[in-house]
Amino acid sequence: MSDQAEDLKKTPLDSLHRELGSKMVPFAGYDMPVQYPAGILSEHTHTRTKASLFDVSHMGQAAIRGSAPAAALEALVPGDLQALRDGQMRYTMFTNDQGGILDDLMVTRRGDHLFLIVNAACKDQDFAHMQANLAEGNELEIMEDRALLALQGPEAAIVLGRLAPAARLMSFMTSEPITVGGIHCIVSRSGYSGEDGYEISVPSDQAEQLARLLLDEPEVMPAGLGSRDSLRLEAGLCLYGSDINETTTPVEAGLIWTISKRRRAEGGFPGALVIQDQIENGATRKRVGIKPDGKAPARAHTEITDKNGNVIGEITSGGFGPSFAGPVAMGYVKAEFAKAETPVDLMVRGKAQPAQVFKLPFSDHRYHKD
Amino acid sequence: MSVKFSKDHEWIRVDGNTATVGITIYAQEQLGDVVFVEVPEAGKQVEQGEETAVVESVKAASEIFAPVSGEITAGNPVLEDEPATINADAEGEGWIFKMTLSDASQLDDLMDAAAYVDYVAGLE
Repeated sequence: MSDQAEDLKKTPLDSLHRELGSKMVPFAGYDMPVQYPAGILSEHTHTRTKASLFDVSHMGQAAIRGSAPAAALEALVPGDLQALRDGQMRYTMFTNDQGGILDDLMVTRRGDHLFLIVNAACKDQDFAHMQANLAEGNELEIMEDRALLALQGPEAAIVLGRLAPAARLMSFMTSEPITVGGIHCIVSRSGYSGEDGYEISVPSDQAEQLARLLLDEPEVMPAGLGSRDSLRLEAGLCLYGSDINETTTPVEAGLIWTISKRRRAEGGFPGALVIQDQIENGATRKRVGIKPDGKAPARAHTEITDKNGNVIGEITSGGFGPSFAGPVAMGYVKAEFAKAETPVDLMVRGKAQPAQVFKLPFSDHRYHKD
Repeated sequence: MSVKFSKDHEWIRVDGNTATVGITIYAQEQLGDVVFVEVPEAGKQVEQGEETAVVESVKAASEIFAPVSGEITAGNPVLEDEPATINADAEGEGWIFKMTLSDASQLDDLMDAAAYVDYVAGLE
């Protein structure tokens, strides 16, 4: 135990987490707060009604600079990066030759370069992948010295707007350099909760100062990875490693919307033939929401069967949705069962529990609209 | 009446040949907010160490094991609608099931309150 704990990496907010009474857990090689004394339910509800501060500094941050960074990265992802305007941000994924997903990421055009945020558990692999495969003349710059804070919730704009008025005027999925309390940050209006909010990239040595500034605002409470997970699950957002992985394609995962008309037509990314074929002819399985009829949560890896007991898929994320006030899940089912309200059974502890396919999300997205 | 504790953080309050079982305050603190409890049905025979109930927090499901062998006489009906009773009063109103004991000598395998306090201190 203690050996493992010593091996874990720490974020720049580590001592602040402990001061706030967090419960720490290992996650993707980092010692991370899963919850604070308020608990996951309160942190979840607070995020849906006010604003919560999450430390997501474990995620990887990088830039791609060079002669044609958007074209270079497009060779590795199906997202339309050449269409990005300055400051615009896009969700996409690294694919493999089979069309499977190696990681999902956020890409922002920042002037002449791209700014990337990738998953903690995949970052070393992602960075190696880009270093090996970006076209000559383009360089990956790994930003090890930056922390990442997420301020999420319907009052996030009031809070950040008080400290940095420009933040209030930002459009959803855009990014700007903004000074918050004298600290130079890269602020994007984005998040992983289904609510309005911001993700703030900040130099590591000023991260605690910024976190304290935000926590001093009356609307803000700290929140951990536990509520981050229940929030994104209700919002129907994928968790890499659970809902998407190297064996699931963007089409199966319901992420076709991330692939523009031009990229569908032109291809030019790993696995394009598989993905283009699935867009054209449909995939044999699809990611869907699953709502258990009863109260028992169905966790990841729970078998999904049809009403005759034939296995038709598996839950990939499942738990309790505090805002939905009941169990929520998502998983993959054979395409013919993917229609909303299709009745299915979930094999929970050896017993068939009735459930139905549910149109995601469980909690409506309330992103900022201009 | 005596109360004993298992290494799996269950308490068992014994009164003659019957007992009430729940999880400890320490256990509910570790679990966090309880959102669902599956209690056993009356009449079920359980062996010591057998998975008998399930307590689910937002994050995960945890099995509750029978601390001794016997027959279930009741599951706590309150927990169906108010699972958080376990957080509020783990060692009282948040009891999980009642049972009869088939072999009272199994209680000797369990810890008394002082031994359990030491056991938990050793886990910190």
